[in-house]
Amino acid sequence: MSTDVNVKLDALPGLDPNAMPLQVKDLHVEFRTRNGIAHAVNGVSFDLRPGETRAILGESGCGKSVTAQAIMGILDSPPGFITGGEILYRGVDLLKLPEAQRRKVRANRIAMIFQDALSALNPVFTVGFQLGELFRKHRGMSRKDGKARAVELLDLVKIPAAKQRVNDYPHQFSGGMRQRVMIAMALALDPEVLIADEPTTALDVTVQAQIMSLLAELQRERNMSLVLITHDMGVVADVADRISVMYAGRVIEEAPVDDIYASPAHPYTKGLLESIPRLDLKGQELSAIKGLPPALTNIPKGCAFNPRCRYAQDVCRQDPAPPLYQVSPVRTAACHFWKEVKGDV
Amino acid sequence: MGRYVIRRLLQFIPTVLGTMFLLHYMTSLAIQFSGNPVRALFGDRTPPPALLEAVTERLGYADPCLDQRGNPCFGLFFDRVADVFLRFDFGINLRQREVTELVADAIPFTLKLLVIAMVFEAVVGIAAGVWAGLRGGSFADNLVKISTVFVISVPIFVLGVVVREFVGVKFGNVLRDQAWIPEVISNGMFSPGFKPDYPFASLIIPGMVLGAVSLATTARLTRTSIMENIRADYVRTARAKGLANKRVIGVHTLRNSLIPVITFLGVDIGAAMAGAVVTETIFNVPGIGRLVTLSARTGESSVVIGVVTMLVLVVLVANLLVDILYAVLDPRIRYE
Repeated sequence: MSTDVNVKLDALPGLDPNAMPLQVKDLHVEFRTRNGIAHAVNGVSFDLRPGETRAILGESGCGKSVTAQAIMGILDSPPGFITGGEILYRGVDLLKLPEAQRRKVRANRIAMIFQDALSALNPVFTVGFQLGELFRKHRGMSRKDGKARAVELLDLVKIPAAKQRVNDYPHQFSGGMRQRVMIAMALALDPEVLIADEPTTALDVTVQAQIMSLLAELQRERNMSLVLITHDMGVVADVADRISVMYAGRVIEEAPVDDIYASPAHPYTKGLLESIPRLDLKGQELSAIKGLPPALTNIPKGCAFNPRCRYAQDVCRQDPAPPLYQVSPVRTAACHFWKEVKGDV
Repeated sequence: MGRYVIRRLLQFIPTVLGTMFLLHYMTSLAIQFSGNPVRALFGDRTPPPALLEAVTERLGYADPCLDQRGNPCFGLFFDRVADVFLRFDFGINLRQREVTELVADAIPFTLKLLVIAMVFEAVVGIAAGVWAGLRGGSFADNLVKISTVFVISVPIFVLGVVVREFVGVKFGNVLRDQAWIPEVISNGMFSPGFKPDYPFASLIIPGMVLGAVSLATTARLTRTSIMENIRADYVRTARAKGLANKRVIGVHTLRNSLIPVITFLGVDIGAAMAGAVVTETIFNVPGIGRLVTLSARTGESSVVIGVVTMLVLVVLVANLLVDILYAVLDPRIRYE
């Protein structure tokens, strides 16, 4: 289906088809609240090659969802403000586009899947209406054609009896089926980049696996680039090509997936890996990273992780924050002692 | 759904009978303690006992239980219920006019008043609520918040009297001094009370007074609901779908936000009828509310009971319709 889809898209000025589908450069986002300014994203950079899966890993409140919302341009503003950086889609800086053009990038070129499909789907409209709406508003299709497309999409994401289910409301679907509807919605207009914000967190484990394999399959078929936001190390290991680990609004380590699992170069990544329950260490206490992530209104000086870090020295407690050291030609880590962490010394 | 409606309709029976009995008992007590209301017909004159007895008999106040203080007069009550529901006879007033006829005369005014009030509160209330809700914390928001608190805290009988005095009399007098202002505005709309010459224009301000308190509630409800829904995940999804802001607000936010508002408006029809009693009395509108007030004053129990029974039925049906509408608006609601 949808071979004609990109034909009707307005051309974006300055679009370079050979540039990367997505490049985020030094992104800064802050939330201006009554209790002060929360620095949610403090200089995040990463890029995404065609067909690649980039995982953004981090615990709650590290700024990964905010990064995704900034890319989509759906930050609640106020209180959220993008205070610096660039978000390039094939060479076009989305932050400089007028809203009318920015809006057409959404769903057409960059689409997003949300964590909790029940609250992310509108409870008072049928699934068919919400899917068909995309074709009616972006492609000028009639109600009938839009609905026919909606049925095709539900088929695509393997929802049984799509023809009947298209008239159902979100609450009539099970959790896994709802997430499939979300995926269908994101894929409707054949975007080049898909951002999945914790797509499986609200689901139970068997359904998680089904959804992830469906996503992987659809991604392969369409040569789509995927940004997978998650805190689940298991999911990452299965599907990601490269990983960015975030802590307190910064990317603190960036590497191909195998390198990270083999030899983490940042104490935080190392702590995360050590905290995964392992079958061969049955009966032992689970290791956890002690302490709590910092409040974003009050991020520690120097390296944000220093109060929780067993490698921390005086240099870590002073500004500036550690730069990204080139650990290998394909990976970086923001730790003064990456060699010790990695075990190279 | 069908079974649900039938169950609700069956619940009407005890509600209606209960209301009727309460009214019956209260009006009976009034007669038992203050005497035969028929005497009022003769004013200051003392009627010949035979005549009084004959008239009392004809008007249905001759039952001996009405002489025994505290007697609930069940016999009279059952007769009345049988009359109303089996013979559709709501009785007559002291001047021997049918209650149904009195209601038929009065109801067009009350309906007009209610329509003006409901349209005013729905249109202005929802508009103000959306306006404030989309700009939380702004000047618009604070303006709506403060002015609605002000309106809510003034009782309708105070508001009505103040509006009549300052808008109808004082401001109206200023308008009536200006020759270039059309009569329908200076004499009709801004009159201190209902004018039969301007049956619609002179009801506009009483209608607005009647709708004012609920308008404030509607505005506040809409405002909270919009503020809550504008942050909802599905609104973010709608934005992520690249829909225009107009559609994100107008379709995806508003539909959800108006569910509680429409429910309130439906239930409010009943409250507005109660308010009409006050408003009609203040502005001298010859509607149902004034009919009830006057008959209660003269102790014409059949009129009070007949009219209030009809009002109770209207309120019950309105509430049922609202519940059904609720299920239509929100597909998650299902009545088995």
